[in-house]
Amino acid sequence: MIEIKDLHKSYKMGNNSLHVLKGINFKVEEGELVAIMGSSGSGKSTLLNILGMLDELDEGSYTLDGVPIKNLSETKAAQYRNKFLGFIFQSFNLINYKSAAENVALPLYYQKVPRKERQEKAMQYLEKVGLKPWAEHLPNELSGGQKQRVAIARAMAAEPKVLLADEPTGALDSKTSYEVMDLIQKINDEGNTILVVTHEEDIAHMCKRIVHLKDGVIVEDKKVEQVRAEQYV
Amino acid sequence: MFDRDRWREILEVLTKNTWRTIFTAFGVCWGIFILIVLLAAGKGLENGIKKDFGDIATNTMFMWTRATTRAHEGLPQGRRFEFKVDDVQAIRDNVPNLRFISPRNQLGGFGGNNNVVHGIRTGAYNVYGDYPEIINQDPMAVTSGRFLNYNDINEKRKVAIIGQGVKNDLYDKDEDPLGTYIKIQGVNFMVIGTYKKNNSGGGEEGQKEIFVPFTSFSQAFNRGENVGWMAITAHNGSSISVLKDKIVSVMKERHKVHPEDTRAVGYFDLYEQYNRVESLFGALKGVAYIVGIMVLLSGIIGVSNIMLIVVKERTKEIGIRRALGEQPWSIKKQILMESIFLTLISGMVGIIFGSLVIFGINSLLDSVGPVDMFMSPSVSVGVVTGALTILMVSGLLAGFIPAQSAIRARPIEALRTE
Repeated sequence: MIEIKDLHKSYKMGNNSLHVLKGINFKVEEGELVAIMGSSGSGKSTLLNILGMLDELDEGSYTLDGVPIKNLSETKAAQYRNKFLGFIFQSFNLINYKSAAENVALPLYYQKVPRKERQEKAMQYLEKVGLKPWAEHLPNELSGGQKQRVAIARAMAAEPKVLLADEPTGALDSKTSYEVMDLIQKINDEGNTILVVTHEEDIAHMCKRIVHLKDGVIVEDKKVEQVRAEQYV
Repeated sequence: MFDRDRWREILEVLTKNTWRTIFTAFGVCWGIFILIVLLAAGKGLENGIKKDFGDIATNTMFMWTRATTRAHEGLPQGRRFEFKVDDVQAIRDNVPNLRFISPRNQLGGFGGNNNVVHGIRTGAYNVYGDYPEIINQDPMAVTSGRFLNYNDINEKRKVAIIGQGVKNDLYDKDEDPLGTYIKIQGVNFMVIGTYKKNNSGGGEEGQKEIFVPFTSFSQAFNRGENVGWMAITAHNGSSISVLKDKIVSVMKERHKVHPEDTRAVGYFDLYEQYNRVESLFGALKGVAYIVGIMVLLSGIIGVSNIMLIVVKERTKEIGIRRALGEQPWSIKKQILMESIFLTLISGMVGIIFGSLVIFGINSLLDSVGPVDMFMSPSVSVGVVTGALTILMVSGLLAGFIPAQSAIRARPIEALRTE
């Protein structure tokens, strides 16, 4: 599903350039649930942004579902993001003045799905994350866990090939963290490919594979026995 | 075009900070208001001045003789000469595109002695010897009886048409002047009609004139073949200002005046005067447009500024939307539509207020009666559509820079802003 070869990325900071990713080789098969771990500054977020086509790579190659991702125009990148990827952010990133249902329907709107169908689908995904009764609520009327579940519903709505979660539990307490991870595991059980960036060991062990990043290189890449989040909920 | 979600979003964004939107809108509203009111005021002035011209045929010149200033063909300098009746035909033969050529003779004039008697009353009036065509060049409304006709001319009838002012002076209030006689410098003329002039330019004087047939005038007052002056009107398609040189040179040739003698034939070109007034109003309109658009411009800059702030505030949201896959063009369109919508709505409010003010002035003018040099200010539908077009374009311009800045930042940078 995802294939990265010899990926380099550096940022210019004034006169110095900061070499963040120093040759990453990495492959994700369909249906995997991968945790990307590392301390802050290890390059894990940068890697996720490049995977999410929010940032461009300097060197190397990136193939997503057989499509080479290189030198995309903004229009093309937007199209690919919409079609291939779903984002889950640490700070939820819901649009404040839109209701939960409208937030979920947003990616479908960009796909030019008719209004009626869009609303039906949004309700369907909200039901899936257990928030159907909150459909008409604005984000600031929801708790942190609920917001993240809306965000997950939104990421799922466009039926992307890969879900990218950047510290999805970073702003949540451990109980709601486990609820969110439970949801992510269930989505993965249905066969969706998911990448989770985290620095929490327990969260990482709820995935099926852990990739350790340190100073811009992969130091460890191992399959783990998945800990079900269900038991903590 | 009509996308419900897009419009909902536009309204949501603009109503989120209501007062800010209202103050921004006020700038544009004020600009277009000034533009509309200035244009209407200019139009009102124009209507007022043009009313003073009345219905006078404006494509007209008046021509008279003066003493020569140069010797020519053995004739001395300082010689006096007069136009003759034949000159009319000569002009008609030599100069094309003339509609009316009226030779005129005149008695009395400014500060003249009493020259007209009816019963025991007397008065001093301008008495004109005229052809029937004069009514087309110096329009008047015949209020009773009739105007001159060619039978009067051919039979040299001693008949007269008197102005309303003359009637008021010489007759009792309820006396019918038709069929009565007035004595003009000792010669009796029968009154066959009364008239009233519309243009206020002549003022009271215009109502105190007496018209008699040209031929009877010449005979009664010993003018022979002489013509006092001429009123010449060109056809609508051609300008008298162009033809006048030709007319004057025909007259110079016939009367043995040196071709370079500029003083011998005097004339007044009404059309040139009228054009001068016309171009004055053209300039006035130009000034109104410039001032209005300048004021509008500051409003537009206000809109542009606010849109920039809105974009800045929404940087993160725009980042999220781009991460979700919204196309840059769609974001740009959104910002542009917000800007155009804001300008257009506030502009329409300005137009409505402007129209209300114009309406108010009009009803005020109606209630206090006519005012000098100002009449029914108005703006045409064309001006309003023009204003709306200006608004559309300026909304587009106002939104352009903000829209550009909305998609300039990369989505990752937009997402990072808090």
